[in-house]
Parts: sequence; structure tokens; C-alpha cells
Amino acid sequence: MSTAIFTGGDRIGGAASEVAGAGVVARRERRWGLGFVSPWLVGFLVFFTMPLVASLVLSFTDYELADQDGRPTSFVGLENWRRLFSDPDVRQGAVVTFKYGLVAIPLSILIPLGIAYLMVSKHLRFRGFFRAMFYLPTMVPFVAAAIVWRFYLNGEFGWFAKLFAQVGIDVPDFGRNATMALLSLLLIGTWGIGNAMIVDIAALNGVPRDLYEAAMLDGAGAWRQFRDVTFPMISPIVFYNLVLALVGLGQYFVVPYVLTDGSGKPDGALSFYTMYFYKQTFVLFQGGYGAALAWAMFIVIFGLTALLFRSARYWVHYEYEER
Amino acid sequence: MAAVDAPVAQPARSAAPAGRRLRATEPTITYRELDRRSRRFVKGSIVTLFASVLLFVFLLPLLFMLTSSLKTEDQIANGQILPQSPATTEVDGEDVVLLNVPFDDGERALALVKPGRKESIFVDPDDPTTEIVWEGNWRGLEPTYGLDLTWSNFGDAWEQTNPQMGRLLFNTGLIAGLGMLGTIISSTLVAYGLSRFRIPYKNLILASLLATIILPRFVTLIPTYVLFNQFGWIGTILPLTVPHFFSNAYNVFLLRQFFLTIPKDLDEAAAIDGAGPMRTLLTVILPQARGAVLAIALFHFFFAWNDFLEPLVFLGGTTEWYPVSLGLQKFLGIYDTNIPLVLSGAFIAMVIPLLIFVLLQRVFLRGIDLSGSVK
Repeated sequence: MSTAIFTGGDRIGGAASEVAGAGVVARRERRWGLGFVSPWLVGFLVFFTMPLVASLVLSFTDYELADQDGRPTSFVGLENWRRLFSDPDVRQGAVVTFKYGLVAIPLSILIPLGIAYLMVSKHLRFRGFFRAMFYLPTMVPFVAAAIVWRFYLNGEFGWFAKLFAQVGIDVPDFGRNATMALLSLLLIGTWGIGNAMIVDIAALNGVPRDLYEAAMLDGAGAWRQFRDVTFPMISPIVFYNLVLALVGLGQYFVVPYVLTDGSGKPDGALSFYTMYFYKQTFVLFQGGYGAALAWAMFIVIFGLTALLFRSARYWVHYEYEER
Repeated sequence: MAAVDAPVAQPARSAAPAGRRLRATEPTITYRELDRRSRRFVKGSIVTLFASVLLFVFLLPLLFMLTSSLKTEDQIANGQILPQSPATTEVDGEDVVLLNVPFDDGERALALVKPGRKESIFVDPDDPTTEIVWEGNWRGLEPTYGLDLTWSNFGDAWEQTNPQMGRLLFNTGLIAGLGMLGTIISSTLVAYGLSRFRIPYKNLILASLLATIILPRFVTLIPTYVLFNQFGWIGTILPLTVPHFFSNAYNVFLLRQFFLTIPKDLDEAAAIDGAGPMRTLLTVILPQARGAVLAIALFHFFFAWNDFLEPLVFLGGTTEWYPVSLGLQKFLGIYDTNIPLVLSGAFIAMVIPLLIFVLLQRVFLRGIDLSGSVK
């Protein structure tokens, strides 16, 4: 190995004050390390930091994404932000997203956990088979899944309404009934439980047996065992799933878009905030306003995530982490 | 929850060890043991049955897709569950309809050879020489339905997407393959750098990775669109592949976690043998991390197969580069009343990822496990 590649001005960390030999080794290690990490440093700068800042700047302009007829982009101050607060479509998008999240996020924790419980049951046979099959729909591409469910839930030809008709329940079509429309998304969402289920299974299997034995000796029933043993032990995984679910809510777009052909029908019940952003930005080319919409969502999601992280100290038990 | 996996005492031992001579005074199985074993069997059956029913309901839409994609539009409109049509059979070289004919001992599916108002002559399709006379009006009889599968839906769906399904799949494969290559190379390098080297601000770099997981991609979408537009990349697959050569937070975390479990002694041994960092990575680290690398390759493959938003935005309507997700959505937009056709398209779009999953599920699910342990 030649030392030539290690020469040259490296001033990070005050290498000059270090003992010559150790300094060379440390500097060499740093060089190599930074070299390996550099794709990320470049990527982070180009695809995240700069766009994030640019997006904020654009939100104060009347930038148009398409041809501007030679009109220069100019700063408009807070106009986009003011418009955002009085835009009824923004309010609707926020309400739809929030309402959906309020139900979908708890379900996205509980359903995978319930199935994971079933999967680790000592009574279950063919575990590997069941685990793979409950995971399977997670592999179905969103667009294909949305298409399958769109017709499955179709009030006229789909099996869903037929099944309920057998027991005398009349299921309205999701295209005409707002509640059914949201319920449809929740049903489709059950096809995405796979990842959460798998990490839940690993977490449940990782709970030390002797803790249960101790709890049983203390006379704890099933619920007490869950509350005092299982839940604290798996709380880091629940937290992890919760963060991903919240992040996912901020990106939720494809399924309602495909289900409603981008329209958000019925009566805008499926007009998610992201769909409105898409329409303003890439259909109406309102780049400046779109940037404000995106940043507003970023602030909200970031705030909620920060709250979630702060709440972690009250219910997430990391002290058991080392097994 | 019913299935709490509480620990139990040691599983009941079955009969006495084989080959050991039994003494008359020692019962092979006590009543309690027998009781426990049968109870365990019953519980096992109930739990497994419950899981099966749940799974069936869970996967029912897939069955709906399969049966519907084999139907004609009429069969969909009729509302029948299976793709069936009135059956015919050949008697003396002629196609004859099959009807459900009631007899005292139940219905039989018979071929109508000579219809009449008062009585008709039928034959059993398995025994066309013996004539059976049935009294009554044949017009009141229900036709016998037999399976009638319309396979041509798949061919039509293949032909009628724009561009053709073959091209859509090729585009998807190309985009997924290039991105896979990019993310494997870059994520491996970055994870190696973050797991084996003392770097200034390492925690800050790790935090930057974490931050991008939380960042909604819509926030960066407009400026990245503008950037790609400046490069003249809109309408090409470059925006869908090039960014993956700069690694990705999930993959870096997963690989780093894995690299940290590989003992450092091995690197040091290699270093003593004169291997540089790059050679150590290639000859010591990577061979041990094959499973993890395969897992991130699969993650990316499924991501690219699934991705809809980025092709929608960055391809700017250039249909020739459409991946299957986008092509399928446009297909739905045109043929949304032809349910069998659209569902056949959906089937074609999912069959490759599902096959890969079924074949490689062990590696894949282990990778997900690992991603959960990163936290």
C-alpha cells in the first residue's frame, strides 16, 4: 500500500496536534471511512438536504412547474401559506388523512400483533406455511392489490357484498358510500401487514420464558401477562412499527389514487392530502403552492413523529434490550 | 387474546422409552397424561382450523381474482361464483345440451336427444346408447353448468396494455435491476464505512440516515423533479435508477447491523496479510453477509416492482418506459368495465413478485427479521 494517497491537506480534527504515528493511522482510517460513506453524503446532500431547502424556498414563490410563458418566477411572500389555511380542499384532505390515520394506525399495530400471536401459538401446526401465506399479500404490488379489491368490493359483481348478502347484510358500494370507502381502504390495508407481523413474531419469540413462569407463579392471568410481561418486552418493536405507520400515512397515495382513478370519490371521502398535493403540483403545475403543501405536511408529520419519540420514554422499555 | 403463548410445563412424554421392558405395575400412560395429550390435540386442531379459516378469508380476494380472470364478461354479469356455462356433450356427432333432470333418487345431468312437450328422451353422457324417457316439460329444467374457462383474457391483457405487457415487464425488470445493482454497491460501501471505521460525526451521519426514513418523499419531490428536468432526465429511467447509487437508509442500517456481528478479528487477520480495506470488504465481509445482501436486493426488487409515484411523476407520461405498475393503472383507466380483462392484467403483474417470494421466502423473511432488530 502506498502512503501517497494519505498525504494532502486533511485538517479535520486537528491532526497536526496528534502524535505523528497515531495521527497517520487515524487519518488513514478516517479517509477510507469517509470514502466509503461518501455515496451517502453526496446522496443526502443532493436528494434530501438541497431539495428540502429548495422546497421551502419555492413555497414562497409563484413558481410553475410547466411553461411559464417567459414570465419570471417571483417571490410572493406568505401568499401560498395563507392560501393553504383557507383552502377548503386542504382542510378536506387533512381531515380525510387524519380520520383514516386515527383508525388505520392502531389497526396496523393490532392486526399484525394479533396474527403474530396466532403464529407463535404452540398449538398451531404448519407454522412456516401460515407465516409465509399471511405474508404473501404484502408482496402483491399496490396497484394490482387496489385493482383486485376494487372489484372484490364492487357492490354489483364483487364477492364481498355477496358474502354479506348471504347473512342478510346489505353492503353499499364503496363508490357511493363514504364510510364504506374508508372501510375499503382499511380492508386493503390488511394486505400490508406482513412486515409488521414478521418483526412482531421475532419480538414475541424473544420474550424470555422465565418471565412468564414468574408471572404465572404470581398468579397473573392472560391479560396481566400481556400487560406486564409481553407488552413491555415487545414495546420497542411496537414503537418501531408505530413510527413506520406514521411515516406511511404521510406517503399514503397509491391505493386511494388507483381505487378512485385519482378523483377521491365519493364526495371526496377518499381525497387524501397527498392526492391534492399531486393534483396541484403535477396536474395544475402550481409548483410554489405544491411546495407549501408538501412542507406543511412535513411539519405536521415531523411534529407527530417528534411527539411519538418523546412519548417513548413513558412506555417503551429499552432496559430489557440486551438479551 | 386467546392464543397467549404462555410457557407450559415440559411437553407430556409419550409412552415409555422404546425398548425398555415394562413392568406390569407401571402404567404406560397415566390418565392425566392421556387427557393432556388429547386436549393438546383438540387445542391444536382448533387453533389450526381457526388460522386456516382466517387465512382463507384473508386470501379470498386472490381467489376472486383467479376465478374472475377466467370468466367472460357475461359470466361476471350473471353473478356466478365460478366461470361456468351450460354444458353440452357430443351424442352421435352432434352437440347436445345437458339438463338437470329430477328423478326419485335425485337429479342427474342428462343429454337431451329428443325434446317433447309431454315427455322427452335423454341419454346418460357416459352411456349414450341407452335412452331414458322422462315425463314432463323439458323447458322447465335447469341446464347443467360445467366449468368453462376463458383463458384468452390473459392473452388479451398481454396484448392490450400500452405498451404491451412484455415491454412493461421488461421496463420494470430493467429499472429494478439497475436500482438493485446501485443500492447493493452503494449501501454495502456505506454500511462498511459506518461499521468498521472511526469517522468524524459518525452519529450525525447515522442520524441523517434515520431522518430520511421519517421524511415524507413528497417534500423533496418538486425540487428533485426540477433537478432531473434540468438534466433532461424526465421521460427516461434515469431518475428511477441513478438515485439508488447513493444508498438508502433502510439498507444501510440493515447491512451495518449485520456487519457489526462479523468478528473484527477476521478483518485484522486480513489486514496483517496485507489486505487493504477494499479487499477486506470483498474477501472477508461480503462472503459472510451474502444473506443480508440478497435480502436488500430482494427488498429493492419488490420496491421497484411496486413503485408507482416516482414513475408517474418522473416519466412524465413517456409510455415506452412505463413500468408494470403504471401501465396497469392506465390499463384500468381504459378497460375498467371489462373486469375479467383487468383482473387478468393484475394477475400477470403480481405473478413474478409472488413467485420470487415463494421461492426465496426464507432469505427474505430473515431479512425482514433483521430489519426489525435494527430499531
